[in-house]
Amino acid sequence: MLKLTSVTKSYSHNSRRVLALNDVSLDIAKGEFVSLVGPSGSGKSTLLLLLGGMLAPAAGQVWVDGQSLYELSSEARAALRRKKIGFVFQTFNLVPYLTAVENVQIPLYLAGHNSQDQQKRAKSLLERLGLGDRLEHKPSELSVGQQQRVALARMMANDPAVILADEPTGNLDPETGAQVVGFLDELNREGRTVVMVTHDPRAAQRSRRRLKLVEGRIHSDDSGNG
Amino acid sequence: MKLRTIVWREIFERKNQLLTSFLAIFLGITAIVAIRNVTFFSEKAVARELDALGTNILILPKSATIQNYYAADMQEDDFPEEYVTRLATSDVQGLDNLSPKLSVPVEVKGRQFTLTGILPKNEFQAKAAWAGAGIFARPEGCGTVATAPGQAAPAKETIVRKRVIETLESNEALVGSEVAVALGVKQDDTIAVMNRAFLVSAVLPQTGTVDDSRIFTHLHTVQELTNRGPVVNAIEIVGCCSAINTGLVEKINKLLPDAKVVTITQVVDTQIKTNRMMSSLSLIFLVIIVLVGGASIANYMFANVFERRREIGTLMALGAGSRLVLRMFLLKALLFGLAGGVSGYIAGTLIAVFLGPRLVHIPILPMPILLVWALVVSLVIAVLASYFPALRAARLDPSKALQEV
Repeated sequence: MLKLTSVTKSYSHNSRRVLALNDVSLDIAKGEFVSLVGPSGSGKSTLLLLLGGMLAPAAGQVWVDGQSLYELSSEARAALRRKKIGFVFQTFNLVPYLTAVENVQIPLYLAGHNSQDQQKRAKSLLERLGLGDRLEHKPSELSVGQQQRVALARMMANDPAVILADEPTGNLDPETGAQVVGFLDELNREGRTVVMVTHDPRAAQRSRRRLKLVEGRIHSDDSGNG
Repeated sequence: MKLRTIVWREIFERKNQLLTSFLAIFLGITAIVAIRNVTFFSEKAVARELDALGTNILILPKSATIQNYYAADMQEDDFPEEYVTRLATSDVQGLDNLSPKLSVPVEVKGRQFTLTGILPKNEFQAKAAWAGAGIFARPEGCGTVATAPGQAAPAKETIVRKRVIETLESNEALVGSEVAVALGVKQDDTIAVMNRAFLVSAVLPQTGTVDDSRIFTHLHTVQELTNRGPVVNAIEIVGCCSAINTGLVEKINKLLPDAKVVTITQVVDTQIKTNRMMSSLSLIFLVIIVLVGGASIANYMFANVFERRREIGTLMALGAGSRLVLRMFLLKALLFGLAGGVSGYIAGTLIAVFLGPRLVHIPILPMPILLVWALVVSLVIAVLASYFPALRAARLDPSKALQEV
């Protein structure tokens, strides 16, 4: 489903060159639940952005469903994201001036659904996540946990086959964090591929495969529960 | 949800930031529309005046300033009515239709009008000395406008075109079309002006000049009502073109050294110069609006893109392409230009219609064509100024946008 072959990515930071990913090759099969762990700056978020078609590698290739991502035009990559990939961010990244239901409608609008379908699907997703009474609330009127649930509903809107989550529990209390990981687990059991960057060992334990990155390289690849 | 929902919501979320840029374009368009509207009608008035009067001469007090021919007699200063006699009894050739006037502002039923005293032609003729001078014995058409056969206006209404009237009783009044509408009077009604009742002997046809808001009555009645004695504040003369060219003005100047003698060409010259100045002014405003308005919008848009880079990154992560982001910002610019153009047109038109007549003494009507013009200017500026910021947004690196904020 997802594949990296000899991917290298470097940044320049304060006119110094920093190697974020160093010749990384990786295979993630359909339906896997992978957590990416490792110290800050080890390249976890870079790897996630590369998989999402948001950041071109300096060398190597990234494949999604047998398609070399960075050989596509940026518009074609955007189209692929719309169809197959759902992002979850640590800071939720809800659009502040839109209501909960409108935030969830965004991916549906981008995919070309009409207003009526958008509203119907957005409402049903928010209701599934227990936010049926918060449809018309703006993000600033919601609690942190509710905001993350709106972000999860938005991620689910186009029924993505791949879910890329960047520290989804980072800003949440342990209980809400556990609920979010539980939800990702549930989505994984439905057959979706989940890749989650996390610093939280308990969250990592819920995944079925843990990749540890250190200084831009895969340090360990640990499969199996517990 | 549609693209415009996103754009619309964002505009209202951050409307305070938008205000300065909006004001720049709004004020610019307002100024241009107001100036162009006033200039258009002012130019039209000049053309009409030239058409109606041909070559004409005005005698005014020395202190007089002239902005508009039709309002030239609205001066505070006056001079003796005796000047009329002096002119009439002189040997100066080429004078036709002497029309002395005394104008004062009056309030009738709470509305401001101008009461203008005029001397009917029969009184010139009644005075032996004047008749002897033979002013009215001159052939018709010397410097006057010919009236087409079959279209001859009724006697009283000739005041509008020929600036003279045959007869007028001391209790008679002729009212301008605006006065008639404002006061709801018609021919044979009675109106009270300065505590005196006047019989309306005619409602004058619309001229598009300040004459529309005048009440004409006998010169001596006005002199009596205002206690100003035998004075006038203007004498209009239709002079023969050829006579003017051969030094008529100089001869009158010599005869009346304490008065100012101007010809219609001079008067209109002033107005043409004013119009030219107004045109240059609107050009200056156009340059200002392009520079200041454009720079202000561009600055606002760049700041807006910078502030929203996380949101743009998120939209891209959700599958928005560069083209959609570009469209999002250009749609905002379009709405911005539309709002600036329409509101600027409305404000400019209101200013022109309500304040213009006070400045140039002519009625001004709204000009729908200026809406098209305002929209084109406003839209072009808004879209051009927003294009580069929008392009920057569309080319934003989503990974950086998501990581750095």
